[in-house]
Amino acid sequence: MSVLSFRDVSVRYGSHTVLKGVSLDVAEGQTVGLVGESGSGKSTMARAAVGLAPVTSGQILLNGHPVPGRGRERPVQMVFQDPYSSLDPRMTVGESIAEAMRDRLGKKARQAEIARLLALVHLDASRAGDLPSRLSGGQRQRVALARALAARPEVILADEITSALDVSVQGAVLNLVRDMRRDLGLSMLFISHNLAVVRYVADHVAVLYAGEIVEYGPTAQVLGAPRHEYTRTLIDAIPGPGRSAHTMTLKEQT
Amino acid sequence: MRASRVLLRPVGFAGFGLLAVVLFVAVFGPVLWGDRAAVVETGNLLDGPSAEHWIGTDNLGRDLFSRVLVAARLSIVLALAATAISMVLGIVLGAAPMLVGRRLGRLITAGVNVLVAFPGVLLVLFFAVIFGVGARGAALAVGLAGAPAFARLCHTLVAAVSERDYIAAARIAGVSKIRVLVRHVLPNIAEPLIVNATMAAGGVLLTFAGLSFLGLGVQAPDYDWGKLMQDGLNGIYVHPLAALGPGIAVVLAGLAFNLTGEAFAAAFGIGETSGRVRREAPATADREHAVAAPEPGAVLSVGDLRVTIPGAQNPIRAVRGVTFAVRDGEAVGVVGESGSGKSLTALAVARLIEQPIRVEADHLVFAGEDLMAGGDPESLRKRLGTSLAVVFQDPMTSFNPAHRVGPQLAEVSRFHQGLSRRAAFARAVDRLRAVKIREPERRARQYPFEFSGGMRQRAMIGMGLMGTPRLIIADEPTTALDVTVQRQVLELLAEVRRDTGAALLLISHDVSVVTDVCDRVLVMYAGRIVEELPAADLRTLARHPYTRALVAAVPDMETDLTRPLAVIPGLPVDPAHIPDGCAFAARCPLADDRCRAVEPPLLSSPAGDRVACHKAGQPLPADTVEVTA
Amino acid sequence: MKSPTAAAVPPVAGLWSHRWLRFALRRTGRLLASLWVLVTASFLMIHLVPGDPVRAALGPTAPAELVLAHKEELGLLDPLWQQYGDYLTRLLHGDLGVSITSRLPVGETIAQRLPATAELALAAFLLSMIVAVPVGVVMAVITRHGKGRRTELAFTGTNVVLGAIPDFLFGVGLVYLLAVQTNVFPVAGRDGLDSYVLPVLALAIGPAAVLSRIVRVEMLAVMEADYIRTARAKRLTPLRVHLMHALPNAVTATLTLGGLLLSSLVAGTVLVENVFAWPGLGSSIVSSIVSKDYPLVQGTVLVYGVGVLLINTVVDVALALLDPRSAIGES
Repeated sequence: MSVLSFRDVSVRYGSHTVLKGVSLDVAEGQTVGLVGESGSGKSTMARAAVGLAPVTSGQILLNGHPVPGRGRERPVQMVFQDPYSSLDPRMTVGESIAEAMRDRLGKKARQAEIARLLALVHLDASRAGDLPSRLSGGQRQRVALARALAARPEVILADEITSALDVSVQGAVLNLVRDMRRDLGLSMLFISHNLAVVRYVADHVAVLYAGEIVEYGPTAQVLGAPRHEYTRTLIDAIPGPGRSAHTMTLKEQT
Repeated sequence: MRASRVLLRPVGFAGFGLLAVVLFVAVFGPVLWGDRAAVVETGNLLDGPSAEHWIGTDNLGRDLFSRVLVAARLSIVLALAATAISMVLGIVLGAAPMLVGRRLGRLITAGVNVLVAFPGVLLVLFFAVIFGVGARGAALAVGLAGAPAFARLCHTLVAAVSERDYIAAARIAGVSKIRVLVRHVLPNIAEPLIVNATMAAGGVLLTFAGLSFLGLGVQAPDYDWGKLMQDGLNGIYVHPLAALGPGIAVVLAGLAFNLTGEAFAAAFGIGETSGRVRREAPATADREHAVAAPEPGAVLSVGDLRVTIPGAQNPIRAVRGVTFAVRDGEAVGVVGESGSGKSLTALAVARLIEQPIRVEADHLVFAGEDLMAGGDPESLRKRLGTSLAVVFQDPMTSFNPAHRVGPQLAEVSRFHQGLSRRAAFARAVDRLRAVKIREPERRARQYPFEFSGGMRQRAMIGMGLMGTPRLIIADEPTTALDVTVQRQVLELLAEVRRDTGAALLLISHDVSVVTDVCDRVLVMYAGRIVEELPAADLRTLARHPYTRALVAAVPDMETDLTRPLAVIPGLPVDPAHIPDGCAFAARCPLADDRCRAVEPPLLSSPAGDRVACHKAGQPLPADTVEVTA
Repeated sequence: MKSPTAAAVPPVAGLWSHRWLRFALRRTGRLLASLWVLVTASFLMIHLVPGDPVRAALGPTAPAELVLAHKEELGLLDPLWQQYGDYLTRLLHGDLGVSITSRLPVGETIAQRLPATAELALAAFLLSMIVAVPVGVVMAVITRHGKGRRTELAFTGTNVVLGAIPDFLFGVGLVYLLAVQTNVFPVAGRDGLDSYVLPVLALAIGPAAVLSRIVRVEMLAVMEADYIRTARAKRLTPLRVHLMHALPNAVTATLTLGGLLLSSLVAGTVLVENVFAWPGLGSSIVSSIVSKDYPLVQGTVLVYGVGVLLINTVVDVALALLDPRSAIGES
């Protein structure tokens, strides 16, 4: 069954419509990739699901009920793009993680939980006392993931979490995302502009164009045999191997 | 640590020292000099300065110097009280929009914006009418009058912090609004608030002096500095120090607050940044390479290029001896991670690096002319302006927002090709058409902000085409763009090269882009070229462990989904602390003691490829261990 | 830089005029809202004074009938909303009431004194701009990237000290140095060109110091912008890069602050006028506050306020013309 489902969701700011009646399901234990260009409404979808963007019409349901927006129970969590903005510079790693915990724990139990969460994202427990300024971009994104996990979420929304990272570090975070799904059975909406990254982590992929989902299906199918014109354009635009037709256009003179 | 940073600067020292003196006088003044200030000497009315009365006496023969010292307490207390009123009200009003509903919040913000438009003195006078003449009324008036400005500042700061993702994350985690305000927002705006409160206290002190001076503030028999000045002004002809003495006290106290605020600001890193960097004596660069001659037939030939950024502790050697050439019409890519020195290399080649960053090279020959040699700057400018095109990373910020696009292009032809304004504009329109901008006449008259990102980048390429470029240096030209737009821009670059025969130096972190576009690739790590090879061989025939890991770490459309991505353990090298030996050794699965001790030279193969590695081409261990990244 | 055929742009004009119209409407709306706040505040002022304002104005010994008569005249006996309506109606007819102390129409007194104040503020504003902008630009250029450390230190130091000296104190100091000691300029009054020198100087020094510092910081920030690198990549002369590419962008912020400065100068005249016995609004508002001549205070505050609002509006419009983004916003 689907854990998180968008039902005909629209988001409008003034006269500007960002999302136009979008429907999408994230099933249990599934990673759904959401691709599209800047301005297509990718981030707005995630932000709407956690109440950061106002839903003009439609519904966002979690297990058939509206996503809770009050109280300590927050089963939908989000990880953001910019590792330098996602952690409070004045809070230690441990404090940031503890803040997101659902239950109030005693000091001992809290520290144990922080250590457990840090271990999940392959960070040493001794990092709990560090301020974010002592961490690299990749390490910050791991802490942000640990903070999201601290809320014991059913769904995690990952909004371009590797875009701001250096290439040598990006791979480690992507591996982590795959490990987490395998080991914890997490459901995830993985937003990225990078098709190759989405291909690597997602089972299903939705293509968003100008506020509408133009194609949805298993990743291999959508990327291997795209049906929508826009998806084809998007795939054709990717640089790299396998795009020999275009490589030719770029190198014609040689 | 921070305190010492504040105190060690001359400004901080002067500020805190002065503030300590002022506060001491304010606390103990009335106790120490109170009696002396009240002694009426009928024999010495309105006396001038003397050994006994340093700045004379007033109309009752009281010692003015003592009175100035005693007045410190009232002056400072009133100033601090008014500042406190402003600050508390300001923080409440400034933070309220975050807590209350959207509509009420907007109303508060709008109200504050209306009030801020009225200058402080006017508000002070308004409130002075309501609260009446006197010290308490004046304190309230000055306090209330200062609140809107504080509220606005506070609101701006809160708004800036609220946009940070950690606030969103806290909200998503179910942290209440008030808790978010107290735990996340206030601590992060405290520093600028403290700075502003300190400076505001100085300003308030002056305002108060002004009010009392006008007779609207402190009333007799009480006296503050303003009141003393008012009393002294009448006798300024005969007895100037009576008015100037308290004035000097006001200025010193005001300075104490201002300098302290400045010192805080400097310590917190707020406010003015003049990019203060010490200039270093030229570092003795280790020249391992034999001085290479410029490569014949190359449009660009770079020999042992070094770029050094002077740092507080030790200079950062961002580019450490880079040698390469770009042949006529060739496309050369430079790949590397942030901090590898690839962008600085591009900027150095384009001669766009300014003091205090230092650029040195054995030779830097572009189109047959050594750019390091100097020569006639005017003619050099002309030639570079028309034959070297540069495309930067961020098209959103690379055009001047104050000018229309057409004239920004036309400038090149006006100043380097001697075209008239009209002819240059016509050429700009033509060039915009050449880079496939529709309705170029209309677009040329628009401002950059009316262009989309992709259009701006095309216009930037069009700017390079105003002359006849022999080399286009493109520094991450598509990083900020969407894939489909990236494709268009890359195709445009290819087309331009086909039409003009220009060579291309393409800087990118994206291996795929470079392999698609370029003939040859230079791989940079920690300020050095570690490998050079044909772009077609990058994925299959790379010999340096770093190049191979870089290629494997980035997923592409053919990556094996059943295996984890290759990971480069550790972090990129900090350019300020480059280790001995091979800079990549700490992250390299093949490294041994020799790698850590001896830096491998960049050696050429018979085919012309180059690699700098003791273990070049050796097989990598099958399992790549994942370490904290 | 104007394009040669800038006048003929019909296809864009429609879109633009639409955006400009929105800007004009928004700006006018804000002006009206501010005016309403100002008028209401000046109306409420007399009612916010604790106790009986007329009794306070006339003194405890004034006969009760006289107090009552004055109240009648000021309309203070009517219900509040009616007074408010009357006040607005009178304002619309340009009637600011009659002074309690001088029995002269407030409008007349203000009209007589306004020019003196406006001259003073404007002259000081121009002087500080003329001094501050070039000084700030030159300081930015010669102290960029840690060059000329000593110059920078001296400049910043002078600025901090000058900024800590209030204008009326400059006034007192200038009077002492140039009028009392050396007799170069008249001590007080408004009589002939030389009488303007000291008050204008006293008003202008502080703002010039503050402004030049801001211009420098602004220039330094602009010089780091990507588009300056683009200009250098075009191989323009440094002079052209500074004047044509950096300065227009630094001016935007400078003008914003200049506007604030001018409005605070208008208010700043109050103190300096009192030092120099300058026959402007500043000396009259202070005496009317002390003598509790509320109609005169109300009128003067209104005039000051309207002046400030007009300045702000002019500055906003100028900014919009200079930097279209500030008015129209990114689409």
